[in-house]
Amino acid sequence: MSTTNNEKGIVPAHHFDSVAQEEDAGIQGIWLFLATEVLMFGGLFVAYAIFRGMYPEMFHHASKYLDTKLGALNTLVLIASSYSMASAVRSTQKGDTQKSFNLILITIACALIFMTVKYFEYTHKFHEGLFPGANFSHPGADKHLGLFFGLYFVMTGLHAIHITVGVGLMVWLLIRIKRGDFSPHYFIPVDAVGLYWHIVDIIWIFLFPLLYLIG
Amino acid sequence: MSAGTNYLTHSKGLKSWLFTLDHKRIGLLYLGAVATFFLVGGFFGLLIRLELLSPTKIFMSSDVYNRVMTLHGSVMVFMVVIPGIPAVLGNFFLPIMIGAKDVAFPRLNLLSWYLLMLGASIAVLSILLGGVDTGWTFYTPYSMKSADAVTTIVTGAFIMGFSSILTGLNFIVTIHKLRAPGMTMMRMPLFCWSLYATAIIQIVATPVLAITLLLLIAERVFGIGFFDASVGGDPVLFQHFFWFYSHPAVYIMILPSMGIISEVICTFSRKTIFGYKAIALSSVAISLIGFFVWGHHLFVSGQSELAGAIFAILTVLVGVPTAIKLFNWTATMYQGSIKLDTPMLYAMSFMALFLIGGLTGIFLAAMAVDVQLHDTYFVVAHFHYTMVGGVFMGMMAGLFYWIPKMSGHMYNEFWGRVSAVLVFIGFNMTFIPQFIMGSRGMPRRYHLYDPKFASFHIASTIGSWVIGLGFLVAMITIFKAMRSGKAAPANPWGGTTLEWTTSSPPIHENFEETPVITGRPYEYN
Amino acid sequence: MSASHSNHSDSSHHIVSASTNLTVFLSLVALTVITVGAAQIDFGGVWNIVIALAIACVKASIVLLWFMHLKYDSGVNRVIFGSAVFFVALFFGLTATDVFFR
Repeated sequence: MSTTNNEKGIVPAHHFDSVAQEEDAGIQGIWLFLATEVLMFGGLFVAYAIFRGMYPEMFHHASKYLDTKLGALNTLVLIASSYSMASAVRSTQKGDTQKSFNLILITIACALIFMTVKYFEYTHKFHEGLFPGANFSHPGADKHLGLFFGLYFVMTGLHAIHITVGVGLMVWLLIRIKRGDFSPHYFIPVDAVGLYWHIVDIIWIFLFPLLYLIG
Repeated sequence: MSAGTNYLTHSKGLKSWLFTLDHKRIGLLYLGAVATFFLVGGFFGLLIRLELLSPTKIFMSSDVYNRVMTLHGSVMVFMVVIPGIPAVLGNFFLPIMIGAKDVAFPRLNLLSWYLLMLGASIAVLSILLGGVDTGWTFYTPYSMKSADAVTTIVTGAFIMGFSSILTGLNFIVTIHKLRAPGMTMMRMPLFCWSLYATAIIQIVATPVLAITLLLLIAERVFGIGFFDASVGGDPVLFQHFFWFYSHPAVYIMILPSMGIISEVICTFSRKTIFGYKAIALSSVAISLIGFFVWGHHLFVSGQSELAGAIFAILTVLVGVPTAIKLFNWTATMYQGSIKLDTPMLYAMSFMALFLIGGLTGIFLAAMAVDVQLHDTYFVVAHFHYTMVGGVFMGMMAGLFYWIPKMSGHMYNEFWGRVSAVLVFIGFNMTFIPQFIMGSRGMPRRYHLYDPKFASFHIASTIGSWVIGLGFLVAMITIFKAMRSGKAAPANPWGGTTLEWTTSSPPIHENFEETPVITGRPYEYN
Repeated sequence: MSASHSNHSDSSHHIVSASTNLTVFLSLVALTVITVGAAQIDFGGVWNIVIALAIACVKASIVLLWFMHLKYDSGVNRVIFGSAVFFVALFFGLTATDVFFR
C-alpha cells in the first residue's frame, strides 16, 4: 500500500497521517539505503587504501595501464547524467512531465555511453592479459599488479552493476510517466531514483582519481 | 476475548498469509521460520555434543564433524539469533507500542521475510552440495581453497543480510515518523529504544558483511587475491572485514533481548524502571561503541600490538553501558512486588547468565589473557552465556510474556515454569564445564581431543540433553498457546505499555482510535 | 496527527532552481578538469592524493547539497549520510593501526 492517486486526490497509505509524512518517510528510507551503499562501497575503498599503503610504487606503476582520457570522459558523462536527472526531478516538480521524460531518456543515454566506454576498456584489458585475479598474465608486470587489477575490476564492476540497476529503475520511471502517475503533488519515486543515481555518480567521482589519476 | 474480527480472523487462506502486509502476521511468519531454523541448528548442536562424548571418533569422521560444527554456528547466527527478536517480536510489537498502525514500509517488511527464506534455502542447500567445514567465520586462506560449498552458503548469508538491512531501515523510519501523538522519544517503551539501537547497527554493519562475502566469492571464483598472501594479499584483512560486521552483530542479537528484559522486569516487579534515560541511552551507546572493538577477535592473528592495545581498551569500555543496565534492572526489582511467572523466571535467568557472559567477555578483552584463552572452550562458553544465556532467555521471556497478546490464549504456567527451570539448569550443566576445560587448554572446534578432558565433555553433553528438553517443553507450551488455552484478557499481566490497551489478539488496525500519550510507561499507582 | 509530524516537511518540497542546477553542473565539470590537470603535476609525497581526494570531496559535496537537496532537507538525512561516511573512516582508521604498524 502506498500513496494512491484517485478521484479524491492524493491519499496517503492507511498507516500514515498525511502525504507529506509518507513522502518524508520514503525519502528518509532512501537515505538509509544510500548509507548502506556508502558502507558497502566503503569497504572496497578501505581495501584500496590498505593495498595502496602497502604497495605505493606498484599503484603508481599500475595507473599507466588505465587510459586517463577515457576515465575523464566517463566522469564527465556521469556528471552530465546527474545534471539531466536532477533537472528531470525539477521538471516533474514543475509539472512538465514531457520534459522529465526526455531528461530521463538523456540520463539513460549517458549511462549507456558510460557502459560502452567501460566495455571497450575491459575488453582491451583482457586482450592484454590483465584479467582479475588468477588469470592475470601480463608479462613483465610488477609482482603484485594483479592486486591492483583485482581492485579495479571489483570496484568498477560493482559500480557498473549499480549503473545497470539504475537504468532499469529509470525505464520503470519512463513507463510510469507515460501512465501519468506523476505530478507536482506526487513525484517521490522520481526523486528517489534521482538520489540513487547521484550516489552512483558520487562513487565514480572517487573511483576516477583513485584508479586513473595515480601516477 | 474480542468479539468481532482480529488480525488472525481478518482474512483467511494461505494467500492472505503469504501476501500479507500486516506487520503482526509477518511477525508470525518469522516466528514459524525462526522456530524451524532453531530446531535445525539445535539438532546440529546436540549432534556435536553427542560426538564429543568420546575423545575419539564415535559416529562422525572429522570431516563430517567440521561440517556439522560449521552448520550449527551458521544456522544459529544467520538464521536464528540475528533475525530472532527484531523480526518476530519487533515486527509484531514495535508499531503497537508506539501507537502506530503498521511499520513505515509494509511491502519492504514482507520482502524481508522472503529474503530470509530465500537466503536460508540457499544456505541449507550447501549441505546437499557437500557441506562447509570452515567454521561459521569462513576465515581465509582456508575458505578460499576449501573444496566445499563455501560459495553457496556465503551467497545465502549475503541474501539474508539484506533481510536484516531492510528490517533495520523499516524500524528506524517507523520510530522516527510513526509515533502516536504525545509519544516523544523519551516516552517510548525501552523495547522500542533497543530496537532503534539495533536498527542502527543493522544499517551500518551489514553492508560491510555484504562486501566481505562478495570478496570471498570473488576469491573463490576469480582468485582475486586480496586475501591471498602468495600474490601480496593479506588473509588477516579478511578478519578485519568479517569482524567489522560480526562484532556489532552480537549487539544486534543482545540489544533487543535487553529491551525485553526491561519490559518484563517492570511488569513483574510492578514498579517503574530505575533510570529510564540511562537504559535508553545505554542501548544507543552499546550500539555505537560496539563498532570500535572488532579487533579483539584478532588479538592472536598477527595484528599489530598497537591495534591490539587500542581494541583492548575500547572493548572494556563497552562493558560500561551494559553494566548500567544490569544495575538498573536490579534496582528496579528492589522493593518491587515480584511475581515469579514464567517470563520473570526467564528474565532473572538472563540477568544471572548474561552477567557471567559479559564478565567473561571482559576477561577476554584483556589481550594478555586472551592470548591464553583464544580458540579454547572458554571462548565457546563465553559466547554461549551471552547468546543463549542472554539472547535466548530474553527471547523466551518475550514469547511467554506476549503470547497471550499474540494468540488470545494463556499458556500453561506450570509447563512454562518447568521449561525455565530445565533450561537454566541444563544450560549451566552444559557450559560451566566448558569454562573449566577451556581454561585448562581444551581447544575449540576440535573433533578429537586429549582424554584428560573427557569427563568435562561428558558432563557438558548430559547438560545439552537437559537444555534440549527444556527448550522442547518451552516450544510445545508456546505452540499450544497459539491455538488453545484459557482465553487471555487484554492485559493479563498488568502491563503499562500500549500493547496491553488493545484486545488479545489485536484487531487488524491495532487500535480502534489512535492513542494519545501523556506520560512515560512503567508508571504504577 | 502524530507527535513526529510537524507542519514543516523534512524534505523534498523545495524546488532547486534551474540556474542552480546549471551552476552545479558547470562547477563539477570545472573541478574534473582541475583534478585531471593537478594529476599531471608532481606535488611531492602524499600531496597528490590529498589534493585529488580534496577535489573529489568538494565535487561530492556539491552533488549532495544541491542535486540531492541535502541543503534543504531536515538534519536527519544529513546525519544519516554523515554517519555512513564516519563509519567508513573508522573502519579504515582502526584497520590501518594494524596493517601499517605491524
